[in-house]
Amino acid sequence: MDALDLARWQFGVTTVYHFLFVPLTIGLGVFVAGLQTAWYRRTRKGGDGEHLLRLTKFFGKLFLINFAMGVVTGIVQEFQFGMNWSQYSIFVGDVFGAPLAMEALLAFFLESTFLGLWIFGWERLPRRVHLACLWAAVIGSNLSAYFILAANAWMKHPVGYEVVGGRARMTDLWAVLTNSTALAQVPHVVAGAFVVAGGFVIAVSGYRILREGSGGTAGLWRTSLRGALVMTAIAGIVVAGTGDQSARLLREQQPMKLAAAEGLRHDTSGAPFSVVPGLEVPDLLSLLAAHDPQAVVQGMDDIQRRYAASFGPADYTPNLPVVFWSFRVMIVFGMTTVGLSVLGLWLTRRRRRTAALPRWFARLCVLALPLPTVAIVAGWLLSEIGRQPWTVQGELMTAASVSPGVSLIEVAATLAGFTLLYGVLALAEGVLLMRHIKAGPEPMPVEPVPSDEARLTPTLMY
Amino acid sequence: MTLTTFWFIVIAFLWTGYFVLEGFDFGVGALLPLLSRSDADRRQVITTIGPVWDGNEVWLITAVGAMFAAFPAWYAHMLSGFYLPLFLVIIGLIVRGVGLEWRGKVTSRRELALCDAGIVAGSVIPAFLWGAIFGHMLYGTAAAAAVGGALSLTMATLHGAVFVALRTTGPVRARARRAALLVSAGAVPLAAVALPSLPGSSALTVPDWSASPFLWASALAAMATLASGTALIWRRREGWAFAATAGAIVFTTATLFGALWPAPMPGITVMEAASAPYTLTVLTWLGVIALPGVIAYQAWTYWVFRRRVSARSE
Ligand code: HDD
Ligand code: HEM
Ligand code: HEM
Repeated sequence: MDALDLARWQFGVTTVYHFLFVPLTIGLGVFVAGLQTAWYRRTRKGGDGEHLLRLTKFFGKLFLINFAMGVVTGIVQEFQFGMNWSQYSIFVGDVFGAPLAMEALLAFFLESTFLGLWIFGWERLPRRVHLACLWAAVIGSNLSAYFILAANAWMKHPVGYEVVGGRARMTDLWAVLTNSTALAQVPHVVAGAFVVAGGFVIAVSGYRILREGSGGTAGLWRTSLRGALVMTAIAGIVVAGTGDQSARLLREQQPMKLAAAEGLRHDTSGAPFSVVPGLEVPDLLSLLAAHDPQAVVQGMDDIQRRYAASFGPADYTPNLPVVFWSFRVMIVFGMTTVGLSVLGLWLTRRRRRTAALPRWFARLCVLALPLPTVAIVAGWLLSEIGRQPWTVQGELMTAASVSPGVSLIEVAATLAGFTLLYGVLALAEGVLLMRHIKAGPEPMPVEPVPSDEARLTPTLMY
Repeated sequence: MTLTTFWFIVIAFLWTGYFVLEGFDFGVGALLPLLSRSDADRRQVITTIGPVWDGNEVWLITAVGAMFAAFPAWYAHMLSGFYLPLFLVIIGLIVRGVGLEWRGKVTSRRELALCDAGIVAGSVIPAFLWGAIFGHMLYGTAAAAAVGGALSLTMATLHGAVFVALRTTGPVRARARRAALLVSAGAVPLAAVALPSLPGSSALTVPDWSASPFLWASALAAMATLASGTALIWRRREGWAFAATAGAIVFTTATLFGALWPAPMPGITVMEAASAPYTLTVLTWLGVIALPGVIAYQAWTYWVFRRRVSARSE
């Protein structure tokens, strides 16, 4: 165990942790904004939209509890490149820093500023402006995903740069931002985030329906459930399509990752897809990865030989079991959630609008929370561990990326500190969320009218 | 002016924005127990920064991200070099962030007290450490770190006290004014010691900047604005006092970055640390397009929440 191993653990732990909150921010934000928009449009015409407002506030609160964790764990990520991976930072900063700076300037400012306005602006801003604030924040979240994923895609498939004096130099920003890998990865991860958030709402709604039966506020939960089912099903289609696209790019750009994900040892024409070890479907891998059943897919041992010849002797194979299984867990757990949402859409179809939701389905709904969460984490394990031993594919090895001046003790101490604090906070977040889900939506207060006199006292200049 | 110089100034500008804006957030957090006698007081104090603290923190994220993009080697050496202090800064920012966001959503007294403890610790620790880190970056000594930390903590606290006085009504406002006067009794002498010693002392990284009139002017301006802030809060001119403490932070940061030029850390010059001209040009366009917008909508936020927070509101 040396500082490198611990630094890798630290990156893995803190990033996976950050990414537990990110999908909910991305997807739930849009869902809440959709609810508030529906409320706004209905009440503007004088209709009765009280249930939509209650749902907006209920899910809005869950969103905010989660958002706080997303923000504070994101800061760790921003610092970590420099703290633990200084050699990496020096090598890539010229290229990699640009999307990070764009993320901060174009996305994070938007997100944080307008969310503050939304939280505190309920009674202060005109309704339309208040709603627009939420949309601005939500657009910020999704934009941030684009920039950071473009940076991450560059590590898998570096483009638009040249290496001068041991440092990558950007030559073409547009190429970096429209990297083929990024164009597949961004919709894949963002749609995956919508599956996670949709699953969250499905689970919460199912839980509330189980609790309340057909009485109480059951009508509310039917509304949120329907919305989430639609969102999850649509996102599921995008996930599958872009996942297929990613696999095809892997064949060209990261053959080792693909081979490891399939346990394929040798270059094979008409490569089979192994569902689990021992059970193989002939030609399917070639079909999936190249859309041609006879295409050649490279195997690990042959790639290892070629890499050793061009990059020098080293082990170029990533951790096989992790890559192999995370691929399957991602697909199966993720697509099961999507299947669940399609089933739910059938059960709640228009003709059966008034029928009560079957209890067995409400019970199944609760699964929609853990399943896609595990799937999305597995996706990252596939993506990041499958890239090893490279941090930048073909350019920079992980072992050469780490900070030389940081000692084992320092990394160990901070790893322990983060893990401890993160554990406590995860527990607290779980308790807070559960408490609010159990309590259900608050009864609607009579809206207070802000007094104009108080409103018009400016205080900034005395 | 070369692109490298320009980007050094932009980085200095982003840090300045961060210190001015999060400076008062930190001060408000640090003073929370001293300004409040009751739950209602605490809520009133926190509400002054509630809508804006996260937007303020993004100035840090942008400053660090821009350093990564424009001066990768500086970013890498600073962050790996100040490893443990930065770890503590991050821990502070984490507990403070969740404290601020969760304190309105917890239910028991004990949880509320925990959130408040997180806010206080998460404000005091980073406010001290930022000064310590930059003090150490400049001189490379523990004494410089201690003085820098004490200066940044007291200046942030003063700035925060003035901000609360400006943004609240009732007893909290009166307490904030008294706190500001008290803290300035520490901040002004500290600045009077630390700032002039900057230009004259044996700088580790900077060969010849005692000759620079800019640094002298800026250090003097920092002290003058700080002292006038005290006078203004004494005379209950809260708006102007706030402008003065903000100015003190602006000039202090300007002096600091002036002193860091052109070798922010031992063995690293800005020229060597810089990204290639292509990247700097791209970043320049980005900054020119995005920053005015950011400043405009953040200013709008302050306008929306300009009304003083009374004990009953929110
Ligand atoms: C696919 C999306 C995605 C990915 C891969 C990452 N993040 Fe993230 N990040 C977000 C999506 C996001 C977000 C949705 O925009 C967050 C989550 C919750 C939030 O408040 O914003 C966020 C918050 C967030 C913040 C706080 C912003 C604020 O204060 O408002 C920082 C500094 C980062 N992230 C930085 C990073 C870095 C350096 C990453 C690379 C390892 C990273 N994030 C991975
Ligand atoms: C948020 C989703 C992400 C998750 C869950 C994740 C997970 C991981 C994991 C588990 C590792 C350790 C791999 C190993 O050492 O075997 C790793 C490494 C790494 N990842 Fe990611 N990652 C994510 C996103 C990103 C992004 C967006 C970037 C860049 C912008 C990035 C950059 C890196 C770097 C630089 C390493 C180097 C450390 C190493 O290779 O061990 N990751 N990541
Ligand atoms: C809801 C279900 C799914 C979720 C939540 C999910 C999530 C993820 C995530 C977070 C990543 C890492 C980021 C990236 O590299 O793009 C990833 C990678 C990947 N996913 Fe999925 N995924 C799902 C379904 C699928 C499906 C159905 C396929 C195949 C048809 C697929 C194929 C891939 C591939 C090939 C990669 C690796 C791309 C690379 O490393 O460059 N995914 N997935």
